[in-house]
Amino acid sequence: MWDYVKIVLFGLIALLAAIAANYARDLAYMVHALIIFAVAAGMFIWAVRTTWEEKPAPAVNAEGYMDGVVRYGVVATAFWGVVGFLVGTFIAFQLAFPQLNFHLLGDGIGNFGRLRPLHTSAVIFAFGGNALIATSFYIVQRTSAARLWGGNLAWFVFWGYNLFIVLAATGYLLGATQSKEYAEPEWYVDLWLTLVWVAYLFVFLGTIMTRKEKHIYVANWFFLSFIVTVALLHVVNNLSIPVSIFGSKSVQVFAGVQDAMTQWWYGHNAVGFFLTAGFLGMMYYFVPKQAERPVYSYKLSIIHFWALIFLYIWAGPHHLNYTALPDWASTLGMVFSIVLWMPSWGGMINGLMTLSGAWDKLRTDPIIRMMIVSIGFYGMSTFEGPMMSIRAVNSLSHYTDWTIGHVHSGALGWNGMITFGALYFLVPRLWNRAKLYSLPAVNWHFWLATIGIVLYASSMWVTGIMEGLMWREVDANGFLVNAFADTVSAKFPMYVVRALGGVLYLAGALIMAWNLWMTVRKGEARMPAPAAAVAAE
Amino acid sequence: MDTYSWMRELADSWVLLAMFVFFLGVVVWAFRPGSRKDHEESANLIFRNEKTPAGEGLEEAKQ
Ligand code: HEM
Ligand code: HEM
Repeated sequence: MWDYVKIVLFGLIALLAAIAANYARDLAYMVHALIIFAVAAGMFIWAVRTTWEEKPAPAVNAEGYMDGVVRYGVVATAFWGVVGFLVGTFIAFQLAFPQLNFHLLGDGIGNFGRLRPLHTSAVIFAFGGNALIATSFYIVQRTSAARLWGGNLAWFVFWGYNLFIVLAATGYLLGATQSKEYAEPEWYVDLWLTLVWVAYLFVFLGTIMTRKEKHIYVANWFFLSFIVTVALLHVVNNLSIPVSIFGSKSVQVFAGVQDAMTQWWYGHNAVGFFLTAGFLGMMYYFVPKQAERPVYSYKLSIIHFWALIFLYIWAGPHHLNYTALPDWASTLGMVFSIVLWMPSWGGMINGLMTLSGAWDKLRTDPIIRMMIVSIGFYGMSTFEGPMMSIRAVNSLSHYTDWTIGHVHSGALGWNGMITFGALYFLVPRLWNRAKLYSLPAVNWHFWLATIGIVLYASSMWVTGIMEGLMWREVDANGFLVNAFADTVSAKFPMYVVRALGGVLYLAGALIMAWNLWMTVRKGEARMPAPAAAVAAE
Repeated sequence: MDTYSWMRELADSWVLLAMFVFFLGVVVWAFRPGSRKDHEESANLIFRNEKTPAGEGLEEAKQ
């Protein structure tokens, strides 16, 4: 029965997409309709061909863990990581050498304005998002002692999410954007993501509810808060009305300062729940596993969790200091941001101290070193953030490269490094290998990435504070001393340093991709392969 | 009073209090006597069931 429903469904979608492509009012919409048409038509043909075939008995051990989707997620994470870092490095060079805004691609397709959202979405949503989906699926199964709930729904989540990424990325290049940072995709892409995200919530919650362990491990609390909050943020911030159902343009429901506040309520909690809570879920599982000792204090982890989710929600206004936002709101954001320092460092201490009594592992195990450095950067950016949210400091740092430096010490240091650690942890286990292909290569990756981050962050501090001071400089008569273009030319050397930092970081990621690939292809199998793990999906 | 002001005042009085009390409740709950055993068990559950749902470790842990 379900097979027939599928055929009808795919056929219908393909038909509607073809109609939409025909009536499309802009290029991005047409390309998207064609992509959806191609996907649906392909699925239709596949469904027709397999429905009347005799189904072979499932080779998969339906009792075991569902790791196939995690393996795909790991590959997608590594792939999008390299793409996102590459685009990041390219736009970094564009800022230093504007000639790189090529016109031969026509219509602005390759210019900074369109590549920048491509970079942010590729690293946050494609690299980070796939990492979160893959690790949460891996962890929730192990800590619940249960197979993923919902059968193929997990596959829908993976492919659906990656389709969302492709639609978002092509949309940016073709100029479809609703101009909300980190929420640029237009209305129909938002609707699709909502559907995928609800499925994700069901798979995750369903697995927790069918768990065979008594307790819900703390990592799952973090993942769950990440999934629920992102659903809420996404829906509220994307309330908009399409101009036409055959066009990509839409109009926001909120206007003016309400719209700005909604956007930064979204934006900050994207940081708080996507880039922080979800990744903390990774930390609470992978660090104890790799260190082979339980988390330092489970009590602290509970308090960490509740303090974090109660505080983060209110911190958004620190992105709108000195704007039309009422003073009380911006003070509220500032106060909560400063209080947020405490739970953040509580979490950092909890992660770091997990290693107490096993510090020698830092010397011998490059993977744990990566994780520890990642936690260190988490501590650094969550100290810098509260400081930057103080209005007096923000009046200097806002609009400058200091913000960019803060972003990337969090993103490259914390999100990047913990994800690399998780990938190195997962690949040998998922492909049943005794160990990684090359530990020296992990070491190389570690140092390239670390030096890359240091170059990036320090150059941005220098340019940020410099341009902030230059903008404020007045002469004896109270006239501004510097024109905007003066700050731009003063920043040039630092922009080159930042781009070189990006090159190092990218090189490290390429080494990782090679190492993981070789582990899968050439690594020796784990010796006594347990019966259940043989039936790899 | 218009809805906006009403909600704002509610938010920075009773709702704030309720959330704070809830949070204190969580802290007290985490430190309640006898929680140590539960926490140790939770903290160690990541070391079993690595390969299969009904892994060897589960039975041992239940004893
Ligand atoms: C090779 C590594 C990377 C390089 C060279 C790089 C470079 C850049 C550049 C040049 C910008 C634009 C800055 C501006 O407009 O002045 C940017 C923005 C941004 N990047 Fe990266 N990036 C890298 C990796 C990452 C990663 C891994 C993440 C997140 C996980 C990330 C997140 C962001 C965000 C959120 C912004 C927007 C910042 C803002 O609007 O304040 N980047 N990046
Ligand atoms: C206690 C924790 C944190 C606080 C209080 C905080 C605070 C801030 C402040 C005040 C800004 C500058 C706003 C402006 O002037 O426009 C900012 C920007 C930003 N932070 Fe943080 N931060 C924290 C942690 C983090 C972490 C861990 C990450 C990343 C993993 C991160 C990512 C970002 C991003 C992406 C932006 C740029 C937003 C934009 O303008 O596009 N933050 N943060």
